[in-house]
Amino acid sequence: MIPLDHYLIVSAILFAIGTAGVFLRKNLITILLSIEIMLNAVNLTFVAFGRSLGTVDGQIITFFVMTVAAAEAAVGLAIIIALYRHRESLNPDTFSSLKW
Amino acid sequence: MPDTLIFYALSGLAILASALVIGQRNPMYSVMLLIASFGALAGLYIQLDAPFVAVAQIVIYAGAIMVLFLFVVMLLNAPQEDAAEWDRTHPLRQGGVGRFGAMLALLLVVQLAWALMRANDVSDAVSSRGDVATVSSVREVGRGLFTDYMFAFEATSILILVAMVGAVVLARQERGQ
Amino acid sequence: MDLRFAVQLGIIGLTFFMLINASAVLVLAERKIMGFMQQRYGPYLVGPHGMLQPLADIVKLLFKEELRPKAADKWLFNLAPILSVAAAFTAFATVPWGAETTFFGLLDDPVSLGVADLNVGVLVIFAVTSMGVYGIVLAGWASNSKYSLLGGLRASAQMISYELSYATALAAVILLAGSLSVREVVDAQSGYWLGFIPRWYVFLQPVGFIIYVIAGVAETNRAPFDFPEAEQELVAGYNTEYSAVRFALFPQAEYINMATMSAVATDLYLGGWHGPFLEQYGLGWLWFLMKVGLILFTYIWVRWTVPRYRYDQLMNFGWKWLFPAAVINLIVTAALVLYFNA
Repeated sequence: MIPLDHYLIVSAILFAIGTAGVFLRKNLITILLSIEIMLNAVNLTFVAFGRSLGTVDGQIITFFVMTVAAAEAAVGLAIIIALYRHRESLNPDTFSSLKW
Repeated sequence: MPDTLIFYALSGLAILASALVIGQRNPMYSVMLLIASFGALAGLYIQLDAPFVAVAQIVIYAGAIMVLFLFVVMLLNAPQEDAAEWDRTHPLRQGGVGRFGAMLALLLVVQLAWALMRANDVSDAVSSRGDVATVSSVREVGRGLFTDYMFAFEATSILILVAMVGAVVLARQERGQ
Repeated sequence: MDLRFAVQLGIIGLTFFMLINASAVLVLAERKIMGFMQQRYGPYLVGPHGMLQPLADIVKLLFKEELRPKAADKWLFNLAPILSVAAAFTAFATVPWGAETTFFGLLDDPVSLGVADLNVGVLVIFAVTSMGVYGIVLAGWASNSKYSLLGGLRASAQMISYELSYATALAAVILLAGSLSVREVVDAQSGYWLGFIPRWYVFLQPVGFIIYVIAGVAETNRAPFDFPEAEQELVAGYNTEYSAVRFALFPQAEYINMATMSAVATDLYLGGWHGPFLEQYGLGWLWFLMKVGLILFTYIWVRWTVPRYRYDQLMNFGWKWLFPAAVINLIVTAALVLYFNA
């Protein structure tokens, strides 16, 4: 059978990819996508730990993470649309002034 | 061992697709690759005896959140990321910052791997404890959700309501513009 | 290879074969019924009474030239029709279409008629149907044409909106049956009330059934909700730039989705293969086919009777009427289940 740490390592790599995405990309949509990757990595950890402890609690927490992710995506995308209306750009560097 | 093989195939697909998501300039491709990654993760959840989470992953992430992303990408007809647009003179915008970020991400992997090596409880088989019927039952998930996690559940519903109102207010076209 | 495995493989193959043919039969049925509704014959030249018309259509589409606009996105343009059809076929995987049978004593243990029986079957159907939207949205975006893009945008908004009502209507049935397995839901509907009313959930959930059918029409992008391809406004919507086999895959996916919708409605609301007489002889699947046929006929009937709405009417109707009705239906059902079971 597959040991627990295999799942944890996969999750760690995914989380690191998400982190790198937030640092590297200059596109607000891709940055939001990277955050989704990080949330999913955490979900995998929860489910794997839950399974190894023999309970369903990990799955329940995952369910909450998913709902929060849905809320985050909705608000995040709404902000992106509002920003795009002002600056016609998705590059976060163009939004450097505090007021316009 | 077909189990191990499936695990490596799925996790390999998840990691590869996620890496391509951030290695991509076209947001449309990023969204599609992320869906592939989510599909692979759903497969991993099925291996972990969590069919409900696997299906929820497809319904909520792939079926709803990603469609929302796709919708916004199409609506903005989002331009490809433009590297030349950055202000090259600003110290924070040098290419080195990106490389620094990649270094940090790599460091994170090394750290987590190191932490895993030190812990001695994690190398057991993942399915050694608990029986499959309990862990994979939707009934148990529902029972937990509506008893022990009742407060969190209600709080989440309020969060979603707030997020919905917030999204509508933020994205609404202001009059006279 | 033992007999049981071979039989199960045969059932899977048969389901696949039936689905492929369902689209051909539905094309013909649609054109024939449309013809009769408009007081003409419909296709009549190919074969007796035009029965071979679908075959002629397929041959024609196979030999057409495949065109791809220069500005189209190569990968996604090719991927979109494949995604559509794959999702349509996969959605049928957890829909059972007959009682468990030993094939008149051929097998020791009964096998179930259907591809797979999962304990989260209803959710899987819902998950796979929700993936179907990608085919259309990608087709709209990848074509790089304004009509296609508008069609794709409409499809994504419409399908997300109606998925909610669809899922909420299904949730009420799941509450009544107390199971997420489609087969268990069907088996909970066997027997009769007062000796003659079948125990079908359509009698307990009339509102839910109507919501399901309406949302189903919107989910499969059929008239009066066929906005993604509204030919008078958008040429052919997301289909505009497609030709030959790639084009053929979209209508095929649409017809298979129709069949899946009807099969799910039959299983969850109309008692599946349960019905008088035929069941005792192991022919319950005939009932299933008849009920699916009835719903499919209704689909076609509605298409040629009701004109298309306006897009804002669709969104208003979905969010302000259908979804609240579905939620109220769910709450009332939950309260009644609690009252009668407690």
